[in-house]
Parts: sequence; C-alpha cells; structure tokens
Amino acid sequence: MSAAVDSQQVLLEAQDICVTRQGKCILDSVAIRIGAHDFITIIGPNGAGKSMLLKCLVGFHQPDRGRISRQPGLRIGYVPQHMVPDPALPITVRRFLTLRKRADEESVRRIAQETHIDGILDTPFAVLSGGELQRTLLARSLLDDPQLLVLDEPAQNLDISGQLSFYRLLERLYEQRSLGILMVSHDLHMVMASTQQVVCLYHHVCCSGEPHAVTQDPEFISLFGHDMAKMMAVYQHSHSHEHG
Amino acid sequence: MDEPFILRAFAAGIGVALVAGVVGCFVVWRRMAYFGDSLAHSALLGIALGLAAGISTHVGTVIVCSIFAVLLAWLQQKKVLATDTLLGILAHSALAIGMVTLSVLEHRIELHAYLFGDILTVTVEELWWIYLGGILILLLLAWNWSSLVLMTLHEDLAQAEDVNTFFTRMLLMFLMTLIVAVSIRIVGILLISSLLIIPAATARQLARSPETMAAVAAALGVLAVVVGIYGSLQFDTPSGPTIIVTAAALFALLLPLPKRLS
Repeated sequence: MSAAVDSQQVLLEAQDICVTRQGKCILDSVAIRIGAHDFITIIGPNGAGKSMLLKCLVGFHQPDRGRISRQPGLRIGYVPQHMVPDPALPITVRRFLTLRKRADEESVRRIAQETHIDGILDTPFAVLSGGELQRTLLARSLLDDPQLLVLDEPAQNLDISGQLSFYRLLERLYEQRSLGILMVSHDLHMVMASTQQVVCLYHHVCCSGEPHAVTQDPEFISLFGHDMAKMMAVYQHSHSHEHG
Repeated sequence: MDEPFILRAFAAGIGVALVAGVVGCFVVWRRMAYFGDSLAHSALLGIALGLAAGISTHVGTVIVCSIFAVLLAWLQQKKVLATDTLLGILAHSALAIGMVTLSVLEHRIELHAYLFGDILTVTVEELWWIYLGGILILLLLAWNWSSLVLMTLHEDLAQAEDVNTFFTRMLLMFLMTLIVAVSIRIVGILLISSLLIIPAATARQLARSPETMAAVAAALGVLAVVVGIYGSLQFDTPSGPTIIVTAAALFALLLPLPKRLS
C-alpha cells in the first residue's frame, strides 16, 4: 500500500465537456486531467455544475459534447452525497459493505479498521450517525481497491468536528494508499488545507492550481469575494504550521 | 375440510402469500404501496378486456398492468405532475373504463369476486398460474436481489457500481404486475396491496437483514392465509377479507414487541 505509483500516469482525462440543460449551459468546454496520485477538489458556488461534471467523469451522464478517456480497466470508488437510510430496510453495516461485492472477511476487517468503523460492523445501518454513515460509504468504496476515489460533497451534512475528522481520514488514505482523489466540496476551508489542487468551477473552469495560488486568482476572488479569499489564505497558513 | 375445492383454496392462498411476502418487502422499502394499489385497480380493465377478447383474464391483466406501468413511467418523465396525482388519474380511469367495458359486454360476471376475491372457486388452471408465475417472480428476484437492495438503499451508488437501475426498476414493476394478476382471485382487487404490505411491515419487527425480513414476511403471509381460510369456513365469512383481517391482527399483535431489533 505504498504511494509508489507513477504519478505521471493519467487515470482520467476529459476535454471540452459541454452539457446543456433546457437551453441553459451547465458545463462549457471543461477540461480536467487526473493523475495517478492527484488530489483534486472541485469547488464552486451552488449550481455551478460541479455534480454534473462528476457525473460525466464517472460515466453516469453522457455529455453533449467532449471527450472523456479513462485508463482501461480503471477501478473507481464512488462515495455519494449523504444519504438518509430508511429504517424500514433492516441491514447491518457489514452486510451493506459486502452487498454485491466479493470481499472476504479479512479485507472487510482491514478496511473497517482503516476507516474507523470496526466497532459498528454489526450495527443496523439506519441508526448510524452522520459521520459513521459517511465513513461506511467511504469504506465500501475502498473494498475494490480503487485507483481513483470520487467523492461528491462527502462531508456536506456533518458538523465541524465531523468534517474535520472526515477530511483527516481522507488525507491519511491519500498518503498511505496509491490512489488519486477527485472530490466535489463546499467546505472551502477544509479543502484548502488538505487538497493538492483546486479546480474552481462556474460552468467553465475559472481557475485551477494549488490552493494558495487559487485564492489569489482574480476569478476566485470575484466568485467568492475578497473576505473569503483572505480567510482561505489564513486557513492554509495555519495548516502549514501545524504540520511544518 | 378435505374437499378438493378447499384444498385448492389452501394451495392457491399459500402460493400467493409466499411470493407476496417477498415482493411486499420491496413495496415497503421502495414506498410503492400506492403504486401497487393503483396497479390492482387497473387490473379490472385487464379482466374486462380479457373477457372481451376471449383470452385468459390473467393475460389481460398482465397486459393492461404493463401498459399502466409504462404509461406511468412516461408521464413521470415529464416531471410536471406528482406521481400520486398521476397514479390517481391512471388507476381510477382504468377502473372506470373497466367497469364501463364490463357493463357493455353481455358477460355476467360476479364483480364482487374480483373486488374481494373468491378463493373457494380457484381452478386447477389458476393454480398453475399461481405457482409458475410465483416461481418466475422468486427466481427473478433472487437473481437481482443484491442489486435491488443496493438500489433501494442508494440509487446513485448502485448506478456507480454498474447496476442498470432503469432495467431493475422496470423489472420490479413487472414483477408487481405479475403478482397482481395472480392474486386477484385470492383477495381481490381492493385488498391486493394489503396482502403485499401487511406481512412485510409485520416482518420488519422481527428481522435484522433484508433476507430474513423477506422470509418472515412470506411465513406470516402463509399463516394469515391458512388461518384466514380456516376462519372463513368456520364462521362463514368472505375469505379474502378474512385473510386480511388475520394479517392485520398479526401486525397488531406483534406491534408492542420491544424495538431491540431495529
């Protein structure tokens, strides 16, 4: 599980993606490239087309124009937006994890430990807390040993400390495993601290690059405002001290 | 008690209850109760057309209910009216057209038997329908079981993991069409959805996994049918409603159970 992958290797590349819905242009000539050990976060205001872009990249949705090439046989682990489990369907965490998967007892145990859900494997799915639920979804996505992890606003419904620990967990996975991460997130302050590269989307790619550089980009500032940009810079700063 | 028609009634009721219990779990999980009810209403049109065309009423029911499901899916795509509105329009139109067609036909049918079931007149041919249809339903369910459960838990997740969600949804609708067609004679159009829902809802109290819930629902359905038919013979009450009364009584009995299994 070392991070020894060829970082030059491209897992997924999209060019000139266009999606139009009811005459409205949702994505306009979007290009993105995800390498084998990239950690890319897509940010942007509501309705900017983030989720649609993710759907196109994962293959849920056929863009109206553009080309998407995935590495042949690419294993994608998908972590959906939060879900509300229906108590009418009785199922334990363990059973949920292995539904439709060929996972042996040992790998379930190992991944459960990695994602801190080893204590709740026999808990009914419907009584999990928000954080436990997200970690369970994350664990499920890891069972196929994915090369690319795709997360759609994974910490949206967590409180601040829940968000913090979720992103910590994600960072650790990134450091310990050889995988690329593509995430859509609203939690700007968290994203800035953990991610390697930020893509700022508002129907088109406004700007992209390292978090620090992006916060100084005029396009970022015009989208999120000066105060936000300043705040982001602070978050990033404090983070580098914490680990420096 | 061992007259052939009574044995046929038990055989028919047990067959339908076994399958209805399992399908009923998905009705409960996927909130398709109103859909099942509407499907059953539209079955009357299927019966009328089946009689008019001189083919089996089962075939008529399967055809009309399938058209109903496709029409519904098509109207849902338009995203203008809510699903319960669409279901109300389709179901009651079909029911009304069915009634009108029946009155135009010179056929003398016992309407009551279709509305509330008439299990004591089940024929051997109908038993074939129930058991072959039932086996087909259970096989298709078993085949797609984990895909169906995963899709019920999270549609996007299932899609991301290569479940053909459109196909699976259509399959479930088709299975419900089949179960409606074979259970009309047992409990009747008006009570079919309760035969689907009540045993499954009761089983929820006793199960910790989707599979045990389905198995317990099937067992409770069989119990309700056996006790219901026996009761209807004993007290000379209509069989369909007596079966449902029994199922409801089981639900009420198990309701106070502690929720430790939640």
